[in-house]
Amino acid sequence: MSRRKLLAGAVAAGLLPSILSSVEAATIPANGEFTGITKWPDSTTDKVNSLEHIAGYNNYYEFGTDKADPARYAHTLKTKPWSVQVTGAAARTGTYTLEDILAPHSLQERIYRHRCVEAWSMVIPWDGFPLADLIKRFEPTSAAKYVQFFTLADPEQMPGVRRGYLEWPYREGLTIEEAMHPLTFVAVGIYGKVLPNQNGAPLRTVIPWKYGFKSTKSIVRIHFTEQRPQTSWNMAAPTEYGFYSNVNPEVDHPRWSQATEKRLGAGTSIFQLSAARIPTLMFNGYTEQVADLYRGLDLVKNY
Amino acid sequence: MTPRWVVIAKVVVWAACLAPFGWLAVRVNFLPELLGANPVEEILDTCGKTALNLLMLTLAVTPIRRSTGINRLLSFRRLLGLFAFFYVVLHFSSYALLDLGLQWGTLLVDITERPYITVGFTALVLLVPLAATSTHALQRRLGRNWVKLHRLVYVVAVLGVVHYWWQVKSKADVGDPLFYAVVLALLFGARLLHYRSVHAKAAVPPANQRVEPPQAHEKPGH
Repeated sequence: MSRRKLLAGAVAAGLLPSILSSVEAATIPANGEFTGITKWPDSTTDKVNSLEHIAGYNNYYEFGTDKADPARYAHTLKTKPWSVQVTGAAARTGTYTLEDILAPHSLQERIYRHRCVEAWSMVIPWDGFPLADLIKRFEPTSAAKYVQFFTLADPEQMPGVRRGYLEWPYREGLTIEEAMHPLTFVAVGIYGKVLPNQNGAPLRTVIPWKYGFKSTKSIVRIHFTEQRPQTSWNMAAPTEYGFYSNVNPEVDHPRWSQATEKRLGAGTSIFQLSAARIPTLMFNGYTEQVADLYRGLDLVKNY
Repeated sequence: MTPRWVVIAKVVVWAACLAPFGWLAVRVNFLPELLGANPVEEILDTCGKTALNLLMLTLAVTPIRRSTGINRLLSFRRLLGLFAFFYVVLHFSSYALLDLGLQWGTLLVDITERPYITVGFTALVLLVPLAATSTHALQRRLGRNWVKLHRLVYVVAVLGVVHYWWQVKSKADVGDPLFYAVVLALLFGARLLHYRSVHAKAAVPPANQRVEPPQAHEKPGH
């Protein structure tokens, strides 16, 4: 076991105060600006969307179903103090403060394509760390075949939770292989700044080859399980939203085509708007990295 | 001579009907940041909702005219109906040009295979003959047939609400389309009441006198 892992384990177990763990430790900065972020070499070179668009056009039904609702109402979300419960098939279950969660990780900027199931897309510079690095600290057992994530569901802070848009708390799930994949990311920032509440502060998952709803915002619980976990959109409309929900231009949503997508932020002239529809790529363009996860799986049946 | 209030009201109605289009045009050309991250969606929503609003208002003219007795209101029906058509055409052409970028293949698949688009497109197609026969001359020439043809507007209104309803993502989020459905139900209800009262007046023989009911003298209004 490396020194770093040992320290991480010790911190996770509460044996060491997190401040001692590492000089490059990630913390939520008081001024909102992260420092010491390294750049991931494989970031997409597509034109990045503005923070205004990324933080102004969101699906976060806990704050309302209009795309502008989250930006309007998410200021009531209290991200401090924050803790995450770890439950199920893992050796180190328990409640971790956000500081504990972040401490051993150094931050990296990754520019990923973000494809919504509604057939629009953006390009987003996330700041965070691989989910695998976090999961290893909890030491999942061999029974941990799946990982389930839960979003906070507090009707006091989240007006949408008072209405039955979905089964609350919002829950999503991945196979353990998907969760441990090097592309699967935990984001705590965008553009080097602390995540805006409407983007899932203080921490969220990002799975760039899946439709956006597969990622979980404002995570309060991570559960390791042997059974395939429930996922909110699948519970709401099982024929429209499957467990895998990989971006796939060949498998249409029952109500619309997934063959193309509208890339947002292209400009508003008639020419720019009409040219903004681009072909959707298999696995959102990450086929080379993730195709092995699904070898032999019928992706039409397992949508 | 046209009364002064009608002239003023016409100017106001024209301005109100053009306002959503004008505001869109200003934002597209001068204030793009106000359209947000997805301008096409904003354009489609504005045109679609304005079309539905105007369709409901068009259908409201007759019941309001009947209950107030202000027959002049009838002259606003055509104006509102044609503006509804204008926004439906704008909605569809924005979809085809701005959203799909004139990918005809995708458009064809959408129209034939996506039920909510099939329904919306049918509404557009059904509105075409109504707009084409909206002149006073044709109204006079077609007479009874004009009335029959223009009953299609009821079908169009129902299709419009269904088109809106079927694209809602979460079943619990049907608030807006439900509002239109309720308004439409009220408008149908008002017509049903009128129809029944007209029939009651025309044909209510005392129960003890067995006579054949007379042929309906008055036709149900539009």
